[in-house]
Amino acid sequence: MKVAPELRELYQEMIVDHGRRPRNFRKIEGASCQAEGFNPLCGDQVKVYLRCTDGRVGDASFEGRGCAISIASASMMTEAVKGKSREEVERMFDAFHRLLTEEHVVPAAELGKLKVFAGVREFPSRVKCAVLAWHTLKAALTGTQETVSTE
Amino acid sequence: MNGLLSSSTQQKHSRLDVQRIREDFPILRRLVYGKPLVYLDNAATTQKPRSVIEAMSSYYEHTNANIHRGLHFLSERATEQYEAVRSKITKFLNAGDRCEIVFTRGTTESINLVASSLGRLLLKAGDEVVLTTMEHHSNIVPWQLICSATGAKIRVAPVNDDGELCLDAFERLLNPKTKIVALTHVSNALGTVNPVQQVVRMAKAVHATVVVDGAQAVSHLAVDVQQLGCDFYAFSGHKLFGPTGVGVLWGRAELLDAMPPYQGGGEMIRTVRFESSTWAKIPHKFEAGTPPIAEVIGLGAAVDYVLHVGYAAIAEHESALRDGATRTLSSIPGVRIIGNAHDKAAVISFVLEGVHPHDIGTILDREGIAIRAGHHCAQPLMERFGIAATARASFAFYNTRAEVDALAAGVQKVIEVFS
Ligand SMILES: Cc1ncc(COP(=O)(O)O)c(C=O)c1O
Repeated sequence: MKVAPELRELYQEMIVDHGRRPRNFRKIEGASCQAEGFNPLCGDQVKVYLRCTDGRVGDASFEGRGCAISIASASMMTEAVKGKSREEVERMFDAFHRLLTEEHVVPAAELGKLKVFAGVREFPSRVKCAVLAWHTLKAALTGTQETVSTE
Repeated sequence: MNGLLSSSTQQKHSRLDVQRIREDFPILRRLVYGKPLVYLDNAATTQKPRSVIEAMSSYYEHTNANIHRGLHFLSERATEQYEAVRSKITKFLNAGDRCEIVFTRGTTESINLVASSLGRLLLKAGDEVVLTTMEHHSNIVPWQLICSATGAKIRVAPVNDDGELCLDAFERLLNPKTKIVALTHVSNALGTVNPVQQVVRMAKAVHATVVVDGAQAVSHLAVDVQQLGCDFYAFSGHKLFGPTGVGVLWGRAELLDAMPPYQGGGEMIRTVRFESSTWAKIPHKFEAGTPPIAEVIGLGAAVDYVLHVGYAAIAEHESALRDGATRTLSSIPGVRIIGNAHDKAAVISFVLEGVHPHDIGTILDREGIAIRAGHHCAQPLMERFGIAATARASFAFYNTRAEVDALAAGVQKVIEVFS
């Protein structure tokens, strides 16, 4: 059976792997900030925990449930933001968002491994899954109390 | 439409000729991502036969006018056609009188109407409304709204591991404070067919009023409201092969008469003075404003179509699809079917070990297979089963055994992607 190339592109090995065995899938006790995200369309939930020191992300983790795309995105995000300043994190999210939504973008260098999410662009209904953790991270950084919603 | 029954099985009567029927549904010929559409999301909405599409465009081309208002030719024709559908629905549900049929925008509006209006008539602080765990959000939230306005409380009857209503537990919830019981006829998430007659018998022992959400029932089984014994029955046109934007509420005349209006406006009044107004008779009291005229006419054509196919033939064909899909899917390693009710419509909810339903949905979609993945607007039910979501294939009489096989092959592909 042949699997369509755009599906292979979406469900790359790295994404499937992170979806199945998410990294940093834990709670940070005494986190300096945390936030909760929710996608009312599918009921997916994510909690992001951060420990920040000297304006940099020292540790990042998450808990939650969701599809392969949302879990892999959260997992790889927590790896990518460690050691980054808040501005660097925001730039990275910005570049990530453009990668998923704009045509013909050259992936920004700072995205690193996150480039594997480029395949999501072919699946507009799945962009929300990929950005849920990022919106939640941003809320954690800005100290928003309310649950972040994709709607 | 005389050729719907295949000639070789005329006398067996309940065989339907699926290929022939499919020709009546223009959309079923289209391709999706270059593949034939396999439409298995009928619980979300059904496709429309050409007769429905043509009834609506013919209305707009030849008859369009506002109803009940004009003295002119077109308005009279439009009014006749609109009211003729009311008579058709009366027969369709075997209601006692055509004044008991209220046209609404859909099941959601029908339930909101009953909850708000019947709730204001019957509920006071301390009273109870009994629902079941398997309700669609649209048969939960309207009751929450009226309960918080009146001080009444919601009690919830549980379902067992097979997704069936626990009748004993339901009966134990009933008491003299139970004023309303509201339940779905067929579960949109699991396909469970509820024993409405038994529920009604129990509810009547405490003199509770019974409201039935028929959104998922009417496309699968013949409904006779007098036989069911309930007091209200709601359904949507678009889940019965008719248009969106129209629904039906059937209610017992004496209750509809006693209930306060739901919305105010034109059409629902007898006299209007700034001091106070008086209401039109039922059903018009509940049809404020210009109704969805073309949609009501389209719904009439849909009812004609379904009755022509025949519920006996539909039941036979759909049980074969349900049993085939159940067997085929459960033979795939890692697949678990959620909801194994003894009495079950052709709706199959399933989960696949290690794969989120959304990912199943996306992969099937690229095969041209449309299913629903999510909580199906039934979050309490998902919680009951300890899951966030399921993948759901829901069938209609135009689906084929080959489509069941396509679904199974698609699920195999999902497994391949994730292996
Ligand atoms: C059981 C049930 N009740 C109510 C509804 C609401 O119907 P509508 O959205 O047409 O108003 C649905 C539709 O999904 C349903 O499946």
